[in-house]
Amino acid sequence: MSQLTRADVEHVARLARLALTDDEIEHFTGQLAVILEHADQIAALDTADVPPTAHPLPLVNVFRPDVARPGIDRDEVLAMAPSAEDGRFRVPRILDAP
Amino acid sequence: MTGVPALDLAAAVRRGERSATDVVEEHLAVIAARDGELNACNLVTGDAARETAAAVDAAVARGEDPGPLAGVPIALKDNLCTRGVPTTCSSKILEGWRPPYTATAVERVLAAGAVPVAKTNLDEFAMGSSTENSAFGPTRNPRDPSRVPGGSSGGSAAAVAAGYAPLALGSDTGGSIRQPAALCGVVGVKPTYGLVSRYGLIAFASSLDQIGPFANSVTDAALLLDVIAGPDTADSTSIRSEAEPILPQLDRGVEGLRVGIIDELASGEGFQPEVLAAVQQAAAALEAAGATVDHVSVPSAQYGLSAYYLLAPAEASSNLARYDGVRYGLRVDGEDVSVMNARTREAGFGPEVKRRIMLGTYALSAGYYDAYYGQAQRVRTLIIRDFARAYEQFDVLLSPTSPTVAFPLGAKSAEPLAMYLSDVCTIPTNLAGHPAMSVPFGTGEAGLPIGVQVLAPALGEGVMFRTARVLEEAAP
Repeated sequence: MSQLTRADVEHVARLARLALTDDEIEHFTGQLAVILEHADQIAALDTADVPPTAHPLPLVNVFRPDVARPGIDRDEVLAMAPSAEDGRFRVPRILDAP
Repeated sequence: MTGVPALDLAAAVRRGERSATDVVEEHLAVIAARDGELNACNLVTGDAARETAAAVDAAVARGEDPGPLAGVPIALKDNLCTRGVPTTCSSKILEGWRPPYTATAVERVLAAGAVPVAKTNLDEFAMGSSTENSAFGPTRNPRDPSRVPGGSSGGSAAAVAAGYAPLALGSDTGGSIRQPAALCGVVGVKPTYGLVSRYGLIAFASSLDQIGPFANSVTDAALLLDVIAGPDTADSTSIRSEAEPILPQLDRGVEGLRVGIIDELASGEGFQPEVLAAVQQAAAALEAAGATVDHVSVPSAQYGLSAYYLLAPAEASSNLARYDGVRYGLRVDGEDVSVMNARTREAGFGPEVKRRIMLGTYALSAGYYDAYYGQAQRVRTLIIRDFARAYEQFDVLLSPTSPTVAFPLGAKSAEPLAMYLSDVCTIPTNLAGHPAMSVPFGTGEAGLPIGVQVLAPALGEGVMFRTARVLEEAAP
C-alpha cells in the first residue's frame, strides 16, 4: 500500500499548503515510506466488526446556560496579527489571483 | 534552599516562616547559573515572578491564605498560553506571539499561589521525544548534558531535575510527560483524558492531549494535580464531575491490590536489560508491600505505535491548519493568499512538524482514509477493549516508561521511526484515555535514571498514586 511516489508527496504538500523545497520532497518521500511501511502492520489486521474510536470519552453535546459573557478583546487579538486594518485581519488578494 | 519539597515550601510560606520573594530569588539564581548550558527555558519570567511572589508575601502579611501552592516556583511548558507573555511552542511560526488569554491550568496554579518562573523548551508543537526538534535549540539532560532530556516536555522535566522549580506543567499526547520524566529522573503524570482542562493548551492531537504535572516526588505531583484537576466550561471535553482529591489517599498502601506486568512491554528488541530488570524489581517491591503480582497480556498494545503515528499526525494536520499567516505569528508575503499561506508554513515549521503534517494529510486523503485513519481508529477500539479486559483482573498495570535510559544528543535525529519507538510503552495509555505515571526506580546504563510506569483505568488516579508512592519508598 505504501508505494509512495514523489508525485504523491507533491500532491500532499499542495493539500497541506506547504511550499516544500525539492530537497524536502526527496527526503520526505523516503522517510514517509518507511513510516507507512510500519503502519501497514495494522492495515493488514482484520477489524471488520470493530467500530472506530474517535475520542476516549463518551461525550456529546455539552450545554451551558445561554448567558452573554465577555469574549476575548478584539484589539488585543488584532495587535498580534501580522497585518490588520479597520478592525479586521488584512490578507493579500483572494480573488482574481494571478 | 532549592530541593525543598513543594508541599513543605508552601506550608512554610503560608505560615509566614519563609518569604516567597526569597524562594523565587533562590530558584532564579539556579536558572541563571545553569540554563546557559541546559537551555531548558525559552523565556525566564523573572520580573513577573518577583511581582507574583511579592503579592503572595503581601497576602500572607494581611493574614490571607494564598493557597496550597503558596510561593512555590513552577515552570510552564511553552505550549501553555499565558496572557501577554510570549508562547512559542518552540516554533518560529509563533515567535513573538503573545496570547490574549491564559490556559485554565495556569490560571489554577496562579490562583493557588504558585509563582511561574519560566516558559520551558519543547519539541516544536510537542512533536518529538528528545526536545531536539526545537526552533530554539535542544535542551540538555541535567543528569548528563551530553544526553537528551526526552520529550516533548524536555524543558519542564529538566527544569524540575535541575532545581529551577520544584514543580512544572507539561503536556502528554503519546508520552511527552512520562518519557522525559523517566529520562531526567523525576515524577511525571499523564492524567485521565478530561481530568484537566485543555483550554489554552495549544492543540497537537486533541483526542490524545492532556496536561499534567512534573515533580521531584509523588506527593508533590499529587499536590499539583489536585490543583489543576476538575471541570471547566471552557473545555467541552473536560469531565463534568468534581475530581476526587489524591493527596488524602496517598499513603493508603497497596495491600491487596492486584498488579499486572504487561507482557507485550516486558521484553523485546530495543529494551535495555536494566530497564526490564527495574520493572521486575518494582513488582517485587509491591508484592513485599502486600500486593499480588502476575503477568497480563494486552495483545493490541503492540499495534499502539502504528495506530498513534496515523491518528496523532492526522489530528495535527487539521489542528495546525490554523497557522496560515493570517491571524498570528509569522507571515511570509506572497502575491495571493494561498501563496502567502504556503510560504509562511514552509518558513515557519521545522522538519518534524512538516513530516507529521504530511503524514497526517496523506492518512486523511481520498483513497487512503479508510486504510490508514479509519483502521487506526478501529485499532484504538481494540486497545481500549484489551485494557478493559486487563482491568477486570488487575487494579494497576506496570511497564517500563521508556525502553532505554536517556540517549546521546543526535543519536536518533536522522531516523524518525527510531525516535518514534521510544514512545512504545507510553502511547497505548493515550489511545485509551487512561492515566499513567512515571516514577524514578533505580539506574541503568551509565548510571542514568530509569522510570517505571504505573498505569490505571480511567479516573484511577488514586490507586495509581498509591502504587507510585510505595515504589518511590522502595526505589533503590
